[in-house]
Amino acid sequence: MSAVDWARAQFALTAIYHWLFVPLTLGLAVVMGIMETLYYRTGKPFWKQTAMFWQRLFGINFAMGVATGIILEFEFGTNWSNYSYLVGDIFGAPLAIEGIVAFFMESTFVAVMFFGWNKVSKGFHLASTWLTGLGATISAWWILVANSWMQYPVGQQFNPETVRNEMTSFMEVALSPVAIDKFVHTVLSAWVLGAVFVVGVSSWYLLKKRHTEFAMQSLRLGAIFGLISSALIMLSGHHSAYTVAQTQPMKLAAMEALYKGGTEQPLTIIAGINPFQQPDYETTDEPPLKLAVPYALSFLATNDMNGYVPGIRDILDGYTKGDGTHELSLEQKIQHGRCAINALQEYRKAKQDGAPQEFLAALGNEVQEHMPYFGYGYVKDRDQVVPYIPVCFYAFRVMVGGGCLFVLLFLITLWRPSFLWERWREAVLWFAILCIPVAYIVSEAGWLVAEFGRQPWTIQDMLPTWVGVSQIGSSAVMTTFFLFLVLFTTLLAVEVNIMCKAIKAGPSLDEKKNEK
Amino acid sequence: MKFLKQAWSLYYDGFRSMTIGRVLWAVIFVKLFIIFVVLNVFFFPDYLKKHAADDKAEFVSSQLAKPPITHNP
Repeated sequence: MSAVDWARAQFALTAIYHWLFVPLTLGLAVVMGIMETLYYRTGKPFWKQTAMFWQRLFGINFAMGVATGIILEFEFGTNWSNYSYLVGDIFGAPLAIEGIVAFFMESTFVAVMFFGWNKVSKGFHLASTWLTGLGATISAWWILVANSWMQYPVGQQFNPETVRNEMTSFMEVALSPVAIDKFVHTVLSAWVLGAVFVVGVSSWYLLKKRHTEFAMQSLRLGAIFGLISSALIMLSGHHSAYTVAQTQPMKLAAMEALYKGGTEQPLTIIAGINPFQQPDYETTDEPPLKLAVPYALSFLATNDMNGYVPGIRDILDGYTKGDGTHELSLEQKIQHGRCAINALQEYRKAKQDGAPQEFLAALGNEVQEHMPYFGYGYVKDRDQVVPYIPVCFYAFRVMVGGGCLFVLLFLITLWRPSFLWERWREAVLWFAILCIPVAYIVSEAGWLVAEFGRQPWTIQDMLPTWVGVSQIGSSAVMTTFFLFLVLFTTLLAVEVNIMCKAIKAGPSLDEKKNEK
Repeated sequence: MKFLKQAWSLYYDGFRSMTIGRVLWAVIFVKLFIIFVVLNVFFFPDYLKKHAADDKAEFVSSQLAKPPITHNP
């Protein structure tokens, strides 16, 4: 494996690890807010104990997740130095805001939430609980703004003088359609995970015949929260697909294993794609054993059942969009990219040689003209711009299939139909418990779709991975990869152990003994 | 002044009465030590600071001009 591969693998490992903690933080934040709101409104100690229990689990998860994201920033500086330099002006702002605003908000109010029972008023404590969750959610917003810019770079202009992308519109970056879609969809997915966790843990208590009332109430609320989140995530998923179709058509084509596109495209439920090798998208029209829903992909991608959806070959060869505009072929984009690279080098040389301003301005304009395809200047083969289809394809199906499974879980646990609950109660409860690890797999699968689908781009169309990476030896990156693997696995084992112990201990009935 | 005293009391009493919180804080400190003292210092040098402290723009520009390693995703 090359340095690029190890750098990608390392970033993926650390991002996957980080994402084990974030969704439960976001999801449990809402659950504990709801529970404490019920305490505030009813005054019943039962709801206080319930809220405190879920806050304890929130706290464990929050503590374990602390600093797992910082390592990603270290990797930017070491492994992805060219990328970091080129985008630092854009990336730096959302990350700085995240640190200054969101993290401080979160860390201030989480202290009141844990230490403030019986010390501050009920209203202030309740507000602190919700503000803790809001802080975490605002954090997510800014991180996702940064990631969204990688997928859909807007609000910037490249400066050949500084060789950097410089932000021209903060609002365009912060409120790009991709950022909004990604934020809504990601937060909702975290809420679903949080709901599955609550339902699963509650089911464990019911299985053990412990804290029955607590378990039933938590189960009910978790299932309602999960159903609402699931309904909303279907809408956000549709809108995300529409946005991806506009901004990253190759990602959608890879997700669907759509080799040759057209109008009235069906949505694939499953197909016979070899998970271990890139399929032959150049000579095959569609994967074998394809089972699909007629018209559904066209509808998802264009809001029109007859809409045109480009396949991989169409994107490589150039195609005409539904609105009549023409998308350049790969060859044309490569030519533009090479012009941009050459113009940049000529600009730098001319500046060093003290060329007149008019000449420099002309070269600068040439750079800007071809800049949107800068990254294509480094592409030599068609294969290089096609993401690894098996991962995109199967990860998408794991994500959607899992989402459907959770809707079934929430429906069953909420309504508890007698034919299931009386005869198959234990099986249903085990099903709920086993959905907890499945929820994590589904959550990670969503990110695999997002990040594998944008390959080979670190910045869509502007910078491929092999140009963004630092020129360092692969052995150095490999070493830290395995270091992380050992470190994170150990920490994860510690966290799971602490979490399981807290769940086994259960909600405390005696307020004085409540752990802080 | 009263507010400061109350805030101090909140944190002081809170930290003193922690039980599982002590374990969590210990894990956090160990993790932060490993991340900032060990990993950041020995394994994650700032590449550009090390190789191009004087003129990062020129260094990155020269990197962009180099023929890239052919790579497939």
